[in-house]
Amino acid sequence: MSAREVSARGVGPRTVRARDRSGVHPGPSTATRWVIVAVIGLLFLVPIASMLEFTLRGGLGGGYTLDRWAAVFGGGLTGEYKPIVTGLTNSLVLALVTVLVMLVLLVPTMVLVRISFPKLQRVLEFVCLLPITIPAIVLVVGLAPVYSVVARMFGSGVWTLAFAYGVIVLPYAYRSIQANLQAVDVVTLSEAARSLGAGWPTILFRIVVPNIRRGLLAAAFIAVAVVLGEYTIAALLNRVNLQTALVVVSKADPYIAVIIALLALVFAFVLLVAIGRIGGGPGSRRRRTAPPAAPAVPTTPLAPAADADEPAQEAAVR
Amino acid sequence: MRSLARGSVLGLVPFTAYILLFLALPTVIAVGTGFFDGDGAFTLDNITALGDPVLLATFGNSLWLSALTAVIGALVGALFCYALIGAKPTGILRSVVDAASGVLAQFGGVMLAFAFVATIGIQGMITVLLRDRLGVDIFANGVWLYDVPGLVLPYIYFQVPLMIITFSPALESLKPQWAEATAMLGGGIGSYWRHIGLPVLLPSFLGSLLLLFANAFSSFATAAALTSQGSQIVPLQIRSALTSETVLGHENLAGSLALGMIVVMVVVMTLYSLLMRRTARWVR
Repeated sequence: MSAREVSARGVGPRTVRARDRSGVHPGPSTATRWVIVAVIGLLFLVPIASMLEFTLRGGLGGGYTLDRWAAVFGGGLTGEYKPIVTGLTNSLVLALVTVLVMLVLLVPTMVLVRISFPKLQRVLEFVCLLPITIPAIVLVVGLAPVYSVVARMFGSGVWTLAFAYGVIVLPYAYRSIQANLQAVDVVTLSEAARSLGAGWPTILFRIVVPNIRRGLLAAAFIAVAVVLGEYTIAALLNRVNLQTALVVVSKADPYIAVIIALLALVFAFVLLVAIGRIGGGPGSRRRRTAPPAAPAVPTTPLAPAADADEPAQEAAVR
Repeated sequence: MRSLARGSVLGLVPFTAYILLFLALPTVIAVGTGFFDGDGAFTLDNITALGDPVLLATFGNSLWLSALTAVIGALVGALFCYALIGAKPTGILRSVVDAASGVLAQFGGVMLAFAFVATIGIQGMITVLLRDRLGVDIFANGVWLYDVPGLVLPYIYFQVPLMIITFSPALESLKPQWAEATAMLGGGIGSYWRHIGLPVLLPSFLGSLLLLFANAFSSFATAAALTSQGSQIVPLQIRSALTSETVLGHENLAGSLALGMIVVMVVVMTLYSLLMRRTARWVR
């Protein structure tokens, strides 16, 4: 712990008390906050708890059993459950290819527009956010004929679906990468590199990409989460992915389908917690609280016992 | 940078080609097919077919389902965002809420259908609990889970997290100085919210509401996995138009349904971007 932090520790609580006296706190009291969080949180846990309870039911005899979970983890996904393994494999391949499509097509374009074509910035943003306005179910109506051509060119391998998935992850990927691109002064960096004789590939791979790796990682994770959860396009183009396989298997054995759905849910949750950690690491926190006049987060003076060292941390950062 | 710029126009080509091929072309085809009949001749039949009472009812169902779940989702989500004011941005509460909202808002789909069958299905945990312990039969008037009313709860389940994702940045833009200024001028918490908090937040609240509406309106997976038969909402009607070639005696009806959806989405998203521009005045 540095000396600065130690001295800041004394400042923290005092600022908190000073704010306390100001009399107007837009935030809720600690009790109100936890009541709201607990009530809504518990309501949202009910369906998940129900799924868990459902997978443990002991069939007609009643009671509870762990047999199905044991079967899933004991390599019991054969025979009629084969579609799940196929679907999961396909979805993982699709996730990988989608991330590649994103990295190869979107990232260089975003960097190029940022450095060389600032006037196209708004156009690029409009295009990248457009898929929010065009529902996947609408896109699929037009994708069917496109894919009959794609199948002739690249074959009908399941990975070709990644071209369509690249479009639906575009808004999420764009936002993550753009947030990072704006935080780094790419233009100055690239001009500096160029004045030292660097060419475009060097600028892209050795200057820009290392500086936006957080944004790239976050974009890749969100793309994986979206692809693993995708159902509409795969179902209507008659491809097998994790979600369509779950629907098929659920008709024969709902228990196994629900177990896999729960596992996928937990996996996606862990993935997004990881994104949060990437985005909220020490580096970005310092950046966020840096301007002393306007802290990005409205601080209210309620410091529960467990949070006691937070004001000190913030003060240290400032 | 000039020499670099001139050469690098070529660098824009791959992405542009990709967007034209996989975003622009499918959209044009989707909307365009509605204007042609099975033999490729121009026709307005499919467009006028949208006036069919069955299809009008489908659009009606989609609209009220989206509006209802958007309003409930926005109110509950805003309440939750209010509860998060002042929570540590890097604390455990925020990390868990952010990740959980992301999962439930984007990952839902098929899984949500399973979850609600397990909760309020005929043998669902809550259904059984209410029936055996309290003697309440939620399906006394028939099973509604597999019909449009059954979509309300699952939709709210993904709308609230989306509201938390989209609305909490707006709450974070409320500056503490505004509260301090109110206090300095002798105002209380009531006048703070009435004169500052609510007026500043209103545009982003309405914007988020529209986004929620658009989200529910374009959602397909949950409904597809939950409803066993019939096509009570527009996305399901598009599916049946795609899979059965002719619906109500019209070919290429999927195209005109897609056009109808796009029209609704464009109206909603235009209003959204107007509201966001207004919001940007305060969020700097």
